[in-house]
Amino acid sequence: MSLLDIKDVKKQFGGLQAVSEVSFAVEKGMIKAVIGPNGAGKTTLFNLISGNLPLTSGAIFFEDKPIHGLQPYQIAQRGISRTFQNIKLFPGMTAVENVMIGRHTRSRAGFLAGMFHLPAARREEREIREKSLALLELLEISQFADVEATSLAFGQQRAVEFARALASEPTILLLDEPAAGLNIYETAEIARLITKIRDQGITVLLVEHDMSLVMDISDEIVVLSFGQKIAEDVPGAIQQNQEVIQIYLGTADA
Amino acid sequence: MKARKFFPILLLLLVLIVVQQLTRLTGTAYYLTQMTMTAYYALLVIGLCLVMGYAGQISLGHAGFFAIGGYTSAVLTTFDLTPLLDKGNSAIGFLTTNGLLAERQSLYGESLLSVNPWLACVAALLLTIIIAFCIGIPVLKLKGHYLAMATLGFGIIIYRVALATEIFGGADGISAVPGFPLLPGIVVSGDFSNRVQNYYIACCLLLLGFLLLQNLIDSRVGRALRAIHGSEEAANAMGVNTARYKLYTFVVSAVFAALAGIFLTHYNGGIGPSEAGIMKSVRYVAIVAIGGMANLWGALTMAAVLNFLSLRGMFGSYDDAVFGVILIIIMLFAPQGLLRRQVWQFFKKSGSDN
Ligand SMILES: Nc1ncnc2c1ncn2[C@@H]1O[C@H](COP(=O)(O)OP(=O)(O)OP(=O)(O)O)[C@@H](O)[C@H]1O
Ligand SMILES: [Mg+2]
Repeated sequence: MSLLDIKDVKKQFGGLQAVSEVSFAVEKGMIKAVIGPNGAGKTTLFNLISGNLPLTSGAIFFEDKPIHGLQPYQIAQRGISRTFQNIKLFPGMTAVENVMIGRHTRSRAGFLAGMFHLPAARREEREIREKSLALLELLEISQFADVEATSLAFGQQRAVEFARALASEPTILLLDEPAAGLNIYETAEIARLITKIRDQGITVLLVEHDMSLVMDISDEIVVLSFGQKIAEDVPGAIQQNQEVIQIYLGTADA
Repeated sequence: MKARKFFPILLLLLVLIVVQQLTRLTGTAYYLTQMTMTAYYALLVIGLCLVMGYAGQISLGHAGFFAIGGYTSAVLTTFDLTPLLDKGNSAIGFLTTNGLLAERQSLYGESLLSVNPWLACVAALLLTIIIAFCIGIPVLKLKGHYLAMATLGFGIIIYRVALATEIFGGADGISAVPGFPLLPGIVVSGDFSNRVQNYYIACCLLLLGFLLLQNLIDSRVGRALRAIHGSEEAANAMGVNTARYKLYTFVVSAVFAALAGIFLTHYNGGIGPSEAGIMKSVRYVAIVAIGGMANLWGALTMAAVLNFLSLRGMFGSYDDAVFGVILIIIMLFAPQGLLRRQVWQFFKKSGSDN
């Protein structure tokens, strides 16, 4: 079975069908992209997978188990990690502290261990910090480790959020527009990084408007429009798909 | 890291010792009584600081937990069990044979039998934990004003129960609560001869509580709490069980409040319904606010200063009003609190600019 299975998923906001009966699967080890015009329902779909929004109907299976209806923290604990389109870093915390939160699911010291500063908790804390710093290193922002995260430049905030999502050593990583607002060099850097992550065995589900990035790195692409899936194929075929071309170029050309 | 953390606490201990010596030299040892009481109130305040400043929740019912601790301990250690023992109650018999009861003399020389203060303390803490869970689970689903109102409601209930229940002594409260022997020769009580000793007991308990909270804040849990404060949605998405963390924090702070209530009740030899009053809860919230919310040192400092001044009667009959005014001013001009790092940095910066 597939790693992530999305079955007839529907989300209604009042009278608006943000996502209507969308189904697709993500196989282990691939980079899959979800594209579509503004308001197509891509972010909503991510919110449904990560449990930030409840489904109206349908089902989502992860590693063959249903995850719809679980709380976001439970879904995160199962190995699904995400970034947000509108970056959500924790204010008042440094870059490295933000990434350290990402290791929450991989660590366990509780209230008493913390209060009494138990040796096991101290050891764990050291490990959390080291691994988090290593991730900042990987994203080449280690010089900002002790700077308040929300005061960093936009591109650096994206990188911190990326590192935070990676810190949980997820099975699958959901990236909502990781290249938005980045310049051409940073975008190339992100593309290289996403491929590297996939090569390390992490499955990636990606929402992105930058078509050259999507076409370069994804193994498969799902196209959404007004909440409906209109195509699902490999990049080459999507580029040739008349319906997709129409949506992106507008009906004037048709 | 470690030295940085312990040094200020050792320094504080030194200050506390110097203060005690000063009162001895200047013949003002009577100050120690209010300082001891201040330390216990401060214990409650730093616990509340964890809830408000770090987990970002509010509780307008913490005097209620203080009262639950104090009243439970007071009832158990004063209620005379001799009649029950005489009737051959087997549970009482069990307590007696296991040394869980304590014998005392009444004012008239009769011998009284009540629960041992240690057992009473454990029972009071357990009861507090149970009530904190029962209140916390439904109430912490609420946010902002709604949470404030719900905890306020809890505080009012505890106050009315204390006032209206015969076993709690009604408006008079409970008096003649015996001392709490912690170790042989070390007793929490208001006896004149124990004044210095009790000053140090209270200070040590406060410093210990402070150290535990500071450890907690610097730990994985503390980080998760600050994340919740920053963005509950993102924290949840990162795998933090936000509901459970808020609940546990609430329970921990309730335990701090109850411990303060237990110790202060034994120290004062009694407790009255005013300790459960809403104005007390408001006062604690005001102190945490002026201390800088997410600032344990600020909360400690303000709790020490303001409670001491209040206990010395500096605010006269405007006592409660003073704390109301503090709350209004803080909310208007420095909702982040007064003793906040940014504020210090601002002063430092403008200082170095000149
Ligand atoms: N919480 C919400 N309540 C009501 N409507 C919503 C909510 N979230 C999204 N929508 C609506 O659902 C539709 C899909 O929005 P969504 O954010 O999923 O689009 P998107 O594909 O991510 O777009 P973009 O490319 O602009 O990020 C939009 O019409 C949006 O206004
Ligand atoms: Mg979106």
